[in-house]
Amino acid sequence: MTGDDPDISPQPDAHGSHGSEGSRGADGSDGSDWGEEVYRSLPGLGIRHVATVPDAGLGRFLELCEADAGIRLITLTTEEEGIALACGTWLGGELAAVAIQSSGVGNIVNMLALPNVCRIPCLLLVSMRGEAEERNPWQVPVGCAVPDLLAALGVDVFRPEAPSGVASAFVEAAARAREAGRPAAVLVSQRIIGAKSFAGGD
Amino acid sequence: MRHARLERRALVAGILARRGDAAVVAGLGSAAWDCHAAGDSPLNFYFWGAMGGAAMLGLGVALVRSDRRVLVVTGDAEMLMGMGSLAAIAAQAPSNLALLVLDNEAFGETGRQAGLTGKNTDIAAIARGAGIETAFTVGDEGGEGSSGTDVEALATTLAATLFEEEGPVLCVAKVALSSEPDSYPPRDGVLLRTRFRAALAGD
Repeated sequence: MTGDDPDISPQPDAHGSHGSEGSRGADGSDGSDWGEEVYRSLPGLGIRHVATVPDAGLGRFLELCEADAGIRLITLTTEEEGIALACGTWLGGELAAVAIQSSGVGNIVNMLALPNVCRIPCLLLVSMRGEAEERNPWQVPVGCAVPDLLAALGVDVFRPEAPSGVASAFVEAAARAREAGRPAAVLVSQRIIGAKSFAGGD
Repeated sequence: MRHARLERRALVAGILARRGDAAVVAGLGSAAWDCHAAGDSPLNFYFWGAMGGAAMLGLGVALVRSDRRVLVVTGDAEMLMGMGSLAAIAAQAPSNLALLVLDNEAFGETGRQAGLTGKNTDIAAIARGAGIETAFTVGDEGGEGSSGTDVEALATTLAATLFEEEGPVLCVAKVALSSEPDSYPPRDGVLLRTRFRAALAGD
């Protein structure tokens, strides 16, 4: 969640380079603008509502959602609100997407009782922190725990290996959520996003 | 410090009698029991857990079903746990969403431990600060609805506000810390969600 990274700046990070993926070229980069591809998948999935506690790694996706009059971007104060909101939209007839940072997964734990017990489809897009190239140790505890945490709480986890696989994983996760009546999460790795750099930091 | 407060069951029953086809989202604990006691309906979605989630679930329903009035009925502690929801709701400004907070100033379900609204915390003021302009309290000391108030008349007035006024609207009702007869809705989450969704989609 944004609040987990207060004022550590500037951020010449991956999200600023989404428009020119080729310039990054490191690790997972394969030239795909995954943020845009996920955004483009929304109409086909019938998703008109995206709830978020923003994260730099989701920047491109969120920016496109915000600019689209057909998408309602719902800014949250804490990620658990997004789970409850998405359950509400589904009860009203529509799947929503919840776009959060991995640290925010730590905030949704008890709220997952709602989609679990009620078997409500719930779709999460999670930008990872705390992985291999993390430079902020405060991101590590929950970031590392995310896959186990989600698995323990009955959330199906999809982990695309390259930028070009994110949108298809997202579509697959949406199908799983709908068909199985349970939450499903796509974890976008730091390898795909690019590790956040802290210029001027330690 | 405690005053004679509103009778929660009579108040909720009086309000829900005027719901029309509104969807009702009930927060966990006494608020859910109150809504159930007022008359079960497929258009009621009851929480049995996931504390703090009622307001946001109500927002989700309200956003996709703009044709439908949505009323969230919940307790003071449940609302405070989801306090940030008030900011999220204010930003979306759903005209069809209303919230009724039954404030007994205690954690009634867990042994009546003192709650924070009995100290210095004012949920209606928080809601206004969050950006929900129509947010007010009834049943507080010396105010409308305090001891001696005709609950039925108050329920009629509140129902008009909660079901007809342009949302988002939030009403805090100071209610007595009372013991009410058991009135439990189904605990089966799949049943609750299936019938609620079907009832919403039904027309």
